[in-house]
Amino acid sequence: MDYLTLLQILDSTLRLATPLLLACLAGLFSERGGIFDIGLEGKMLAAAFFSAATAAVTGSVWLGLLAGITASMVLSGLHGLASITFRGNQLISGVAINFLAAGITVLVGQSWFKLGGRTPPLMGGGRFEEITLPFADALRDLPLIGPFYAEVISGHTILVYVALLCVPLSWYVLFRTRFGLRLRAVGENPAAVDTAGVSVIGLRFAAVAICGLLCGMAGAYLATGLGAGFVKDMSAGRGFIALAALIFAKWRPWYALYATLLFGFLQAVALRPDVLETMLQFKIQVQLLDALPYILTVVILAGFVGKAIPPRAGGEPYVKER
Amino acid sequence: MQVIPRWADIVLIPAINLFLAFFISGLVILAIGEDPFEALKLMVDGALGSTYGWGFTLYYATNFIFTGLAVAVAFHAALFNIGGEGQAALGGLGVALMCLFIPWPHWTIALIAASFGAAAFGALWATIPAYLQAKRGSHVVITTIMFNFIAAALLNYVLVNLLRPAGTMDPASAKFPDAASLPTLSDMLNAIGIPFAARTPANITLIIALIACVAVYYLIWRTKLGYQLRAFGKSEPAARYAGISSVKIIMIAMAISGGLAGLMAINNVMGEAERLILNSVEGAGFIGIAVALMGRSHPFGVLLAAILFGFLYQGGAELALWTSIPRDLVVVIQALVILFTGALDGMVRAPVERIFLMMRKGA
Amino acid sequence: MNGLAPAIELKGISKAFGPVQANKDISIRVMPGTIHGIIGENGAGKSTLMSILYGFYKADAGDVFISGQKTAIPDSQAAIAAGIGMVFQHFKLVENFTVLENVILGAEDGARLGPSLSKARKQLTQLAADYELNVDPDALIENIGVGMQQRVEILKALYREADILILDEPTGVLTPAEADHLFRILEGLKAQGKTIILITHKLREIMEVTDTVSVMRRGEMTATVKTSETSPQELAELMVGRKVLLRVDKKPAEPKDMVLEVDNLEVVDSKGVKRLKGISLNVRAGEILGIAGVAGNGQSELLEVLGGVRTATGMIRVNGQPLDLTGKLSDGRSRRERGIAHVPEDRQREGLIMDFAAWENVAFGYHHEDEYNAGLLMDQAALKEDAAGKFTRFDVRPDNPMLEAKNFSGGNQQKIVLAREIERNPDLLLVGQPTRGVDIGAIEFIHQRIVELRDAGKAILLVSVELEEILSLSDRIAVIFDGQMMGERLPSETDEKELGLMMAGMTGQEREAS
Repeated sequence: MDYLTLLQILDSTLRLATPLLLACLAGLFSERGGIFDIGLEGKMLAAAFFSAATAAVTGSVWLGLLAGITASMVLSGLHGLASITFRGNQLISGVAINFLAAGITVLVGQSWFKLGGRTPPLMGGGRFEEITLPFADALRDLPLIGPFYAEVISGHTILVYVALLCVPLSWYVLFRTRFGLRLRAVGENPAAVDTAGVSVIGLRFAAVAICGLLCGMAGAYLATGLGAGFVKDMSAGRGFIALAALIFAKWRPWYALYATLLFGFLQAVALRPDVLETMLQFKIQVQLLDALPYILTVVILAGFVGKAIPPRAGGEPYVKER
Repeated sequence: MQVIPRWADIVLIPAINLFLAFFISGLVILAIGEDPFEALKLMVDGALGSTYGWGFTLYYATNFIFTGLAVAVAFHAALFNIGGEGQAALGGLGVALMCLFIPWPHWTIALIAASFGAAAFGALWATIPAYLQAKRGSHVVITTIMFNFIAAALLNYVLVNLLRPAGTMDPASAKFPDAASLPTLSDMLNAIGIPFAARTPANITLIIALIACVAVYYLIWRTKLGYQLRAFGKSEPAARYAGISSVKIIMIAMAISGGLAGLMAINNVMGEAERLILNSVEGAGFIGIAVALMGRSHPFGVLLAAILFGFLYQGGAELALWTSIPRDLVVVIQALVILFTGALDGMVRAPVERIFLMMRKGA
Repeated sequence: MNGLAPAIELKGISKAFGPVQANKDISIRVMPGTIHGIIGENGAGKSTLMSILYGFYKADAGDVFISGQKTAIPDSQAAIAAGIGMVFQHFKLVENFTVLENVILGAEDGARLGPSLSKARKQLTQLAADYELNVDPDALIENIGVGMQQRVEILKALYREADILILDEPTGVLTPAEADHLFRILEGLKAQGKTIILITHKLREIMEVTDTVSVMRRGEMTATVKTSETSPQELAELMVGRKVLLRVDKKPAEPKDMVLEVDNLEVVDSKGVKRLKGISLNVRAGEILGIAGVAGNGQSELLEVLGGVRTATGMIRVNGQPLDLTGKLSDGRSRRERGIAHVPEDRQREGLIMDFAAWENVAFGYHHEDEYNAGLLMDQAALKEDAAGKFTRFDVRPDNPMLEAKNFSGGNQQKIVLAREIERNPDLLLVGQPTRGVDIGAIEFIHQRIVELRDAGKAILLVSVELEEILSLSDRIAVIFDGQMMGERLPSETDEKELGLMMAGMTGQEREAS
């Protein structure tokens, strides 16, 4: 494999990892706050549709982004209502949200655009443009680093860079701020937060709201950055891969970056079976690559490679006790 | 202290939940510019207005009985099996292997063998996550989700690389031999003089599904195993105190659950398609969640809920045919049913309890 | 004193949970700089009252006055603002946070953590010096002992500048030495002008540290008296409403063959902590061996090993034959087959399935027995008939086995468990906390049944944290401390004081010195 091919694969790794990273961080905030969220997939899908639909109608990708985030946050609010306010089962609520999104996007899409659930393809201002970072062209001729900078680091849409920035930001918020302390506490022992005079409900809603925001960006990126419009079920299990990455990352922001880059890399390689074949000298089944993130997660979950301990109060609705 | 009477718990609250789900579904139809009452009429006509419609409704219902029972059995042991989709897919593989590679003399024997294959493959696919939960503590919800994807990849591989007949591009197995062809519901009913539309997919598997309902009822409420399974589901420490092995219960409950999900393949793979195709489960595994929740994990409730969803599925297909409402409407209804009967149960329960408490005080 | 407003005053507080009246028209005045005790049995309504004071529950009626000012306490935040700090029976700490993080949680200065943490660190040093409250600020909660954790809870309250400190059953998990240290801390706080409310059901503590004491019974405040002007006997009467029978009516034991022999039993828990450090004991047929000890010293683990709920190393023989302690036969079912019946310490979590009907519960653990099964199915008629008989013989009320277990009172739930275990006619009965949360009337009944089983020639191992129960029921008493046996005494040759010292881990010489 030559260097250029490697760079191409790394470039698409970054592209494909971005929605996973955003969704993974979304899940991280929610689960750190004690709310399990298997509805990442649905929120991403809803955001993808509403961002594409809005961008298609208005021609503005920024309005699309806003619409996508709004849609995702509405579903987050629903999840919060069910699992925080009414103390329902968080897993069941998540399942419901996934189906709701899968159904509504097609239903509304068909009603609005009559394209069998698609949105019209996005063009011009309807998509996020690729940003060439400063000196990308000037440095291109430097050996090794130059092309790496120009091909892999530079030339992505703004959301890719936002996603990458979200990693240190999330770390800072979680571990260096008052809000982060309280959020982590509410996921570990909500009674401690409650008796300290802080609202458990408020914190948990904040957690699902952040989750909605990040999922919204992930979905918007799918339809307006990675793709050019919405197609039915376009999230294609990414929400679950993000969930897998979250477990892989043991609920930590930097690890989330590494895990999603790994899974993004697997997806990127799966798109280039030819490269893999020449590299490994034998044929790797594409299906195996598809299944690899899930298999890896099961292995991690089974504790064969370190133990992943979720936040202790996760999944449990908070009921005051004496 | 019993706050609400039993009938309110098993009839009133589910009815209110269901009403809310359908009410909002109606609003959704209204929002996309269609008439919900017109839509309902179309659905009723299409799904229940003729034996042809019933032939489809009952076919879908058969699928959902199996997947609903699968989720329900696991629920009784406090396990949430989201893996019905993958288990049913593997069940399909079991059926295909049984039908393709062994020349059966008669469909009755083929049916028994295929049922065994379907249940065994489904059970196997569920016991791996069960083992990981019982022995390694990995949450069965997450692992069964992962196993759905792994099953999809596995089936894709098997169909494309192993079962696909030479010379075809379609990722599907060869057609099963005629000896493995199951009698349809119309064959059976016409034989005893009841006219029923031909060319509908409902088949003898419906009878097996009904037997499964009865069997699950006895299993859960009348057998020692069911007693232990329910005890474990209600309180794990108590089960340990009583000497009920958590490993055994988790494994058995999930195996039964997976086996039931796998049995669905008798209906869709052997009874209908008569070959194994990609994505043959079509989400029925997930609908099992809605069916089990709506049916309160009781086999009779599951049966009713499965028929309702069978109706929605067939009705939804009719809608898509005659109006611009896509079939995905059913997915929305399914989501709302799961939401209201599952996650938002407390929203309805709390005010109902308050009303009963007020009435009691007033009395 | 007279010119001063009470630090805290409750007027006419009432609270009902559904049909249950937890607090009825309760009024208390607590003067600043005093320690006020509230004593009452389990379920008397003490904790409900304090939860109202801390904003957990809203009272149906009544007012709270803080320093003479009527104060509404809708939530914990308001309670903290009013200067109330609470140390709960079950600590409210984040296990994987440091002490420092737990202390500042909810009381941070500003949005950034750094400054809050360094400020708290300084203040913690000061508080530690002032009140003997030394803790390592950087230790993780999960790595420090319960005594330390309790100090963190007190520090949390003090860091929030609480003037009124409520402690709910603070010594339940402490050794006597730790409890004494706690009382010293409380005296120190009192000297600094803090007001303390101590909730407990232990008379000794009330007599030792409080200035005034209120007694609660069945949701009502029956009396408030100066501690110096009352006696433990008077308080006990006020608590239970009638003279307590301290001794159970029973003949001397006639021990026969050896039934249970435990030799060098060791248990290591899931965190790798040794909970039993080589326990040896034996029980003969026809006698009751009582295990005395402060909760958490290994007696629960001992019961669990014997009941087949937990694995262990060492040797246990029943009727001369060894028990499997780690293998396939180390489960509850195998133990029952060996003639061991087990009344678990926590009947609601272990002994019963609360959502099962009572008739289903009478077979729990014995559901394999032939009498409950007919072919492939369970014999529901046999189960119901058996349940009806047990209900009559054990006077379970209401007399309706069709009701779910959760619909019975604590005492009646315990009768269902006892009926199930005793009527199996076991060789060895394990009993954990037989009367915890049980009403007075049922206690007598339960004690009588246990003695009857002894008189029928069965071996009984009794574990209870109630010293009085141990003293009145046992034929021999073994004291457990920190996973080890401190020695055995005959009830006629010992008293609460000696047992108390042994429970605190004091050796013979230390006891003599004290």
